[in-house]
Parts: sequence; C-alpha cells; structure tokens
Amino acid sequence: MKRIKVLFRRLAKERRTGLIAYLTCGDPGVAESVEIALALEQAGADALELGAPFSDPIADGPVIQAASQRSLERGTTIADVLEIARSVRAQSTIPLIVFSYLNPILRFGVERFAGEAAAAGVDAVLFTDLPPEAAKEIRGTFHAAGLGTIFLAAPTSTDERLARIDRASDGFVYYVSTTGVTGARRELDAELVERLQAVRGKLRNPVAVGFGISERDHYLALEGKCDAVVVGSAIVRAIAEGEASSAAGRAAEVVRRILGN
Amino acid sequence: MAPLDELESSYRSAMRDRAFRRELDDLLRDFVGRATPLTEAKRFAAECGDFRLFLKREDLNHTGAHKINNALGQALLARRMGKQRIIAETGAGQHGVATATACALLGLECRVYMGEVDMARQELNVFRMRLLGAEVVPVASGSRTLKDAINEAIRDWVTNVRTTHYIIGSVLGPHPYPKIVRDFQSVIGREAVAQLKKRTGKLPDVALACVGGGSNAIGLFFPLLKEKSVRLIGVEAGGRGTGPGDHAARFLGGAPGVLHGTRSMVLQDEHGQIGETHSISAGLDYPSIGPEHAYWAGEGRIEFSSCSDEAAVGAFRKLSATEGIIPALESAHALGYLIERGKEIAPGSIVLVNLSGRGDKDVPQVAEMDRKAAER
Repeated sequence: MKRIKVLFRRLAKERRTGLIAYLTCGDPGVAESVEIALALEQAGADALELGAPFSDPIADGPVIQAASQRSLERGTTIADVLEIARSVRAQSTIPLIVFSYLNPILRFGVERFAGEAAAAGVDAVLFTDLPPEAAKEIRGTFHAAGLGTIFLAAPTSTDERLARIDRASDGFVYYVSTTGVTGARRELDAELVERLQAVRGKLRNPVAVGFGISERDHYLALEGKCDAVVVGSAIVRAIAEGEASSAAGRAAEVVRRILGN
Repeated sequence: MAPLDELESSYRSAMRDRAFRRELDDLLRDFVGRATPLTEAKRFAAECGDFRLFLKREDLNHTGAHKINNALGQALLARRMGKQRIIAETGAGQHGVATATACALLGLECRVYMGEVDMARQELNVFRMRLLGAEVVPVASGSRTLKDAINEAIRDWVTNVRTTHYIIGSVLGPHPYPKIVRDFQSVIGREAVAQLKKRTGKLPDVALACVGGGSNAIGLFFPLLKEKSVRLIGVEAGGRGTGPGDHAARFLGGAPGVLHGTRSMVLQDEHGQIGETHSISAGLDYPSIGPEHAYWAGEGRIEFSSCSDEAAVGAFRKLSATEGIIPALESAHALGYLIERGKEIAPGSIVLVNLSGRGDKDVPQVAEMDRKAAER
C-alpha cells in the first residue's frame, strides 16, 4: 500500500503525469508476463496493473476479452497471478495492483488471497465489479493484511458517489475516461479534460485516468490534468501481435511511444 | 451505480403514480390479453398420479410467454425516464420478442443481443424480432448462449447508459433489477391464486415452475411465499447428465458466487471461472439463478429439483397429446417433474404449474430430433 502513496508523492513533486501499465496475466504465458512486467517498468511505467483473467469480463472490450480467453485456455489461475507478482517483486519495487473480477477471488478465498497477495508484494486490488457500497467486509480483510483497495469512478458518478469512492480507495482513484468498456480509442472523450478538472477538486486521492488511452497525443492532452494515465488494451494488443518470445519488447515499445521516450 | 440508483428512484416514483399503473394494467388487459386462463389438465394429471393439476396459461399471452409482463412494464418505465433506446438480451428469444413487441407498440428503438447458438436453435424468434423492427445482434463470445448475450448487453449499456434503458429479461443482474422484474411478473401468481380459490375454494398444495433466471417462477411463487402450507418447487434444467457443462442445475453443481452484478448460486469451476451450461431449452441455459431464489432456497422455503432434457421432451409430447396444449420446452421441465415424481404427491392434492410459454418455437427443434433419431 505504501509504495503507491510514495509513487504519487514523487509524481507530484516531479510535476510529472505517471503511466500505469496493464497486462493480462498469463498471456502469452506466466513466465512471459514476468518479463513483460519488468520490460514495461524499464520503458518508464510507474506502476503495474496485473490483470487476472476471467471467463466473463463484462467491463472489457474485445482486446482484453480475447487475452483473458487465451490466458484461461492456458490454465492461468489466481495462484499464477500471485506467482507473477512474487517474481516481479523479487526484482523490482514498482507498485503492483491486481485488477480482477470478484468471483475468482471469492472462490480462492478472500482471506487467503489477502495474505498471499500481500506476501507476494501486491500493493492493492481493483475489482471491476465490486462497488464500494458492497466492499466493506473485503476492505477490512484486505486492510488487515496490508493490502489496499482501488475503486472505479465513472463520468456518470454523482458527487455523493465520488466522495464514497474516494473514501474507499487507498492511494488513488481510477477515473474511467468515458462511459463504456476498456479498449483503445482513436480520440479521447471531448469533455474529459473539463470533467477531470471538476473531479480532481472533489477528491482527496490522486486520480489515474484509464479506458481508451493508447496514443502519445492522449498522454499529452492529459498531462498535468490528472496524476497518472492507465494504458491497457494498446499494450495487450501489442503483446498478441507477434511471437511470444519478443512480446516484452513490443509491450515496452508502446510505453516508450506514449511517453515520447 | 448512478444509473442503477436512477432506475430505482424512477421505478419507485412510477409505481406510486396511479396513471402509470393504470396504463400498464390497461395494456396488460387490452394488448396482452390478461387475465390468462387457468386450465385444469385432467388427462395429463391422470397419467402422473392422483392429484388435480391446474395450468396457469401464460402461453396464451400475446407473444406466447410470460416475458411480455415484464417487457411492457419496463418499456413504459423507460419511456417515462425519457430513454428512447432499448436493449435486451435473449436466450430462447421469448424475452427478445416481448421486448421488440413492447418497443414497436411504444415507438422505441430496440436492439437485442442473442448468442449464436441460440439464434440457430430459435430461428423463428429471430425472424419475429426483426419483423417487429428490432435489430438482432449475434454474440459469438464464450458459450454463445444467454450468459454471453447478457455480457454484451451490459457492455452496450455501460457505453450508452445516458440514452439507453436495458430491459433485463429475468430476475437477474444488480439491484434493483431482480425486484423490478419480480414485481412485474407477480401478476401471474396473484391471478392464479384468485382463480384457483374461485374454482376450488383452496390454495394449491404444490406450486411448480421451471427456473432459468427464475422470473416465471418468482412471478408465480411471490404471492404464495407467505402461505406456508404451499410447497413451492423450482425445476432446473437437468440437461444430459450431472457432469460440469452437461446441465444448468445451479443447486446441483453450483456454489455461491458473483456473476452479472449479483451474488447467487453459480455454476463455476474450482478457480471461480463461470461454467459452461447445457440445456435443450435455450431459456434455461444460464449458469446463475436469480438471487431471490438462492435466498429462499437457503431459508428452505423454495425447493429445487431438476428435469433432464429427455424427460422435458417427454412432457412436451405428453401435454400436447393429452391436453391439446404444446408447451415451451422450458415450461415442459416443470411438467417433466410431475411425470417423474408425481406419484410422490399426496393423493387429492391440488397442483398449480406455471405454463410459462407455448411451444411453437420449439417444434422445429423437436422435429429435427425426431428426424435424426429416425436416421439412426
């Protein structure tokens, strides 16, 4: 949990907009995911979202749906996601956020997950399908183990809900750029920058913006308007487009391109 | 969450509005054809055991199933909320047809998501929806059935939520959907209880319904929940066997879990990935069940049983031949239970079954099965 707070403090001090990179764990394989994660950090990613594959990813667009499907066909489990976290943590201090649907972790056992994830070096968990209203118990269990929770805010979130999401989130709030599912988009939502200005003023937490961010132009448009951006589908697509052995290089290239490195 | 909060408050205010309720009641009478009859099925009952059997004839609703009760209610609600675009998912196609019908009637735009497997086995309903002006979108992901159609409908809804209302077809999804759908469907139970009392002077001893998501079942059961003398039995799809992927009986092979924004009994593997399902009837082919059913099962108030594909087809044939009523394969599961276990019902009992839909849509599928059997 602490690593996330330290990161956002550093970003604020450096007046820099961070980049959080997402990967679907186990696509193309567990060992490759570790390599990809480390390459993403090398390329300039400030934090990593480790996506746990799920059979029915309703918040995801076609790219991450397909990656989840491939990963599940290879037999990736929550234990593998934790193994990836452990391997990355052994070589890096980068903040690690597990991005998951609720059911696989319920099945794994919330308490067991909290203990094992914290031991593996995971800092926080973001559930796509758990609103803070229903998260009290899970948050308690996670906190006891030293694991944070991050919640999603949407363009349709009312002020009252924003406040609730803010209170329940540890380290940052994940702001969804537009109504919809994950996936690279050519252009950002026209009202995003304006909305961010209003939203930021209402939150005590830093704000990371995700869904649709895939281009250098998007990063530039959001630079200084939020604390970090999340890049997912663009990375996942690059991983899928070519040999498994060179996936890490392709993933890193996406981050370098967006950061202009 | 904000759209769900908006839906809940709009629904509450609509139900307090006498004009809204009257418009719905008028349409249910003049357009849908309610009240539906209660038919005593003497010849069918005589072959199953020693009890009187009454069928609540939801098959005689306009569009041929109970689905229209909810579709019409929610379409009126959408119009009241100022949402001109409607989306829906459908399994057997009955909810899709009902939604397309309500949208045609009220002048709303309609898009229906349907799994490719279901589109193939329910071709007639696909054509009906298109005739009614709906756009039918094939879903090619996952098992290409109801679950995947719901995934796509949810993705559409979160994208277009400001202009669009999602008419979910069963007592599923996040709150307040299970409650809204239950309320619109409980007209079935209210009518049936009144009709049965008038006919026999009694409440039923046993009430039975097939359970996919569970909307026809909760519609029948809801007014009977407080009548402790009435046995309530939900019949799930037993499919072709008891192994994973061979059935859709959540109480046989499921575990507590979260799918589509609701916590209930879910068919899943040891890693929490949602299980594949099989049922001969597209409308029961879903890995989870309405959360209220899971609750009442836990309380011991609703019992759950299952009926195999084969027994359901047997009941489909038997009701056709003995009563002149061709039931939907979904509804035939409730009747299949009576064929298999009717002897266990105390002599002289009054049994009430929700005949949730008519079987016209299933005739080509059963005819195809017969053709294949003849070839073998």
